[in-house]
Amino acid sequence: MGWNRKVLRVNLTAGTCNPEPLNMAWANDYLGSRGLASKYLVEEIDPKVDPLSPDNKMIMATGPLTGTMASTGGRYTVVTKGALTNAIACSNSGGYFGAEMKFAGWDMIIFEGRSPKPVYLYLENDKAELRDAGHLWGKTCWETEETIKASHQDPLIRVSSIGAAGENAVLFACIVNDLHRAAGRSGVGAVMGSKNLKAVAIRGTQGVSGIKDFPAFLAATNAAKKVLADNAVTGQGLPKYGTQVLMNVINEMGALPTRNHRDVQFEDAGKISAEAMHEKRPTDGKPHLVTNAACFGCTIACGRISKIDETHFSVKNSPKYWGANGGLEYEAAWALGAANGVGDLEALQYANLLCNEHGMDPISFGATVGAAMELYDLGIISREQIGVDARFGSAEALCKLVEMTAHGEGFGKELGMGSARLCARYGRPELSMSVKSQEFPAYDSRGIQGMGLTYATSNRGACHLRSYTVASEVLGIPVKTDPLVTEGKAELVKAFQDATGVFDAAGICVFTSFAWTLADVQPQIQAACEGDWSMEKLNEVGERIWNMERQFNLAAGFTAADDDLPPRLKTEPAKTGPAKGLVNGIDKMKPEYYKVRGWNADGVPEKATLERLGL
Amino acid sequence: MQKSLHIDPAKCTGCLQCEMACSYEHTGVINPSKSRIKVFNFEHEGRKVPYTCTQCADAWCMNACPVEAIVIDAATGAKVVKEATCVGCKVCTIACPFGTVNYMADVGKVQKCDLCAGDPKCVSACPTGAITYVDADWTGLDRMRAWAARTNTAAVAA
Repeated sequence: MGWNRKVLRVNLTAGTCNPEPLNMAWANDYLGSRGLASKYLVEEIDPKVDPLSPDNKMIMATGPLTGTMASTGGRYTVVTKGALTNAIACSNSGGYFGAEMKFAGWDMIIFEGRSPKPVYLYLENDKAELRDAGHLWGKTCWETEETIKASHQDPLIRVSSIGAAGENAVLFACIVNDLHRAAGRSGVGAVMGSKNLKAVAIRGTQGVSGIKDFPAFLAATNAAKKVLADNAVTGQGLPKYGTQVLMNVINEMGALPTRNHRDVQFEDAGKISAEAMHEKRPTDGKPHLVTNAACFGCTIACGRISKIDETHFSVKNSPKYWGANGGLEYEAAWALGAANGVGDLEALQYANLLCNEHGMDPISFGATVGAAMELYDLGIISREQIGVDARFGSAEALCKLVEMTAHGEGFGKELGMGSARLCARYGRPELSMSVKSQEFPAYDSRGIQGMGLTYATSNRGACHLRSYTVASEVLGIPVKTDPLVTEGKAELVKAFQDATGVFDAAGICVFTSFAWTLADVQPQIQAACEGDWSMEKLNEVGERIWNMERQFNLAAGFTAADDDLPPRLKTEPAKTGPAKGLVNGIDKMKPEYYKVRGWNADGVPEKATLERLGL
Repeated sequence: MQKSLHIDPAKCTGCLQCEMACSYEHTGVINPSKSRIKVFNFEHEGRKVPYTCTQCADAWCMNACPVEAIVIDAATGAKVVKEATCVGCKVCTIACPFGTVNYMADVGKVQKCDLCAGDPKCVSACPTGAITYVDADWTGLDRMRAWAARTNTAAVAA
């Protein structure tokens, strides 16, 4: 068995920590992590609950492959009702925290209620204690981790925490572990903050002992690692360039959303690209990038470790940012850069550092700044209101706004609501580039049509990690499809959505899917877990997870009308590049997708579909 | 030929596959907290460094042991802890200048790298070649080759 078969239930209102057995019948239907934790959530909370109320619950969960030799087997997820979206949320993070939870003997931790005062959970194997976090409240994620390790005199503790953003209910606050990995999207950090839970600190020394067939598991994981090593994307491109390898590629395709999606190509894309991170700076003769880095168990190592230019205006008086630190991934570089028209790599890194330090999702933050810059450009909000000259392209404005949002100062409070609420507040809701109130990531759906359907139907609001059809439409993985047409995208999106659910539920990183198909994952799950885990079953698990999440959102009040894109993407054609003249064909794809899914015209799963999946 | 573990920190990504492999080999459990090789992460310098026993020829730990629980494996040159003999006095952990012998409170013995009887599992687990197992008399070979490559470049240019 890949599971520890043990759940920790933490009632923050009562201050209690109680172990309970993992529901193995559910594990058999939902595998683990995203799937299994979502099953617990939908069974335990009212879908209409206010995400920031004590009645919401937050679950940190591992999968059966978390904490094992399976490549990338270090992932954990945070499942809750999202503060930003009011939809089901599942944010996934790497680093070392997830594996440590497994080594301490737990599969998941369920947090319920609200603590009367700030606390942190300390887990040392079976020992679970809520401890006073009065001295930690107000501290950054970095200070929190350092302080906890120092006070326990144990440098081997792994920590997940919120910063000021989560404490102050910034709606795109995230949860940061191991300094620069994050459960980033949908405002899971705001939910954690609403519970007065500052951090979770874990030390696990029990390890993972229950692999079903260890020789078979080693053979399967070794074979799968070889597939990653031999693949050009996972074996060469990602280690060398990181996800940033995409910046120039997507820009060339005319699918790099620029200045709040007004444009689809960014004239300064090259300056904020992976290639630029490798170049020596004129100021100090050093490249921005120091090295690459892996999360627990990962044999790809796409992570970036960078050093900011000490002479840059943002940090020249702040030596604490001069050391090596988590560097720009493609999504952050896009959101902080192209989305705002900012082509200053060092400014983007500064904003990225503050997002990590204070616990904010750089995608939603950056895209919200983009929306604010458009409101400013249109004269709807003034310089006095914002407190800075927020012109598109202003690196100074970006750096100022990230500080204001992190600290909840002035206009930063309004940015902290996210773009949907910000634009609605100023009477221009259509300027928010979001679905279900969650900002788009870094692909313009006019140039990559399938991504429009991906965003519109994603159960956690606009997101690229629910069905990354970029793999097929741009990179030809597993087969090349034409990014400029809508034909076949309904089937493609469904297939990606279902398969991704299995990768997430297993506890591995979805980036492996550049090289792996489900057929590479299946033998690893089969060798680790009791029971039958055939391809047929795994496909069904993926589809079951998707439909379960859908049912939750429908019960929460979402309808087919929420599976839509902002009017800009449906009515304003791309101005340049290969997609010039195109809008996204969501209205054509959506009914096809509902049909492929076995849902009715209102996007509600048909009875036969639910019965087939045992829902 | 005797072989030696050789570590190139510049190639380490911090994935901890070595710690998993080591702990599984010696305890039957995937448990980095029981690993005899440890990866250190110097966050603010962007350096990750795997570190373990170098198998000193005249080993402090072996000399310090009062019950002769640490012996030489003739085939590999590894200094190996005989668990049945070890009394858990921890003198070896004090004697080792490098900290690579450590006490296991749960079993009351010490543990250290034993080179897995000549097939070190950390080596086969490392995805980047940061840990290799090379001729003990030629641990400098790669570095020599790198420097050698920089000499007599005139011949190449000619």
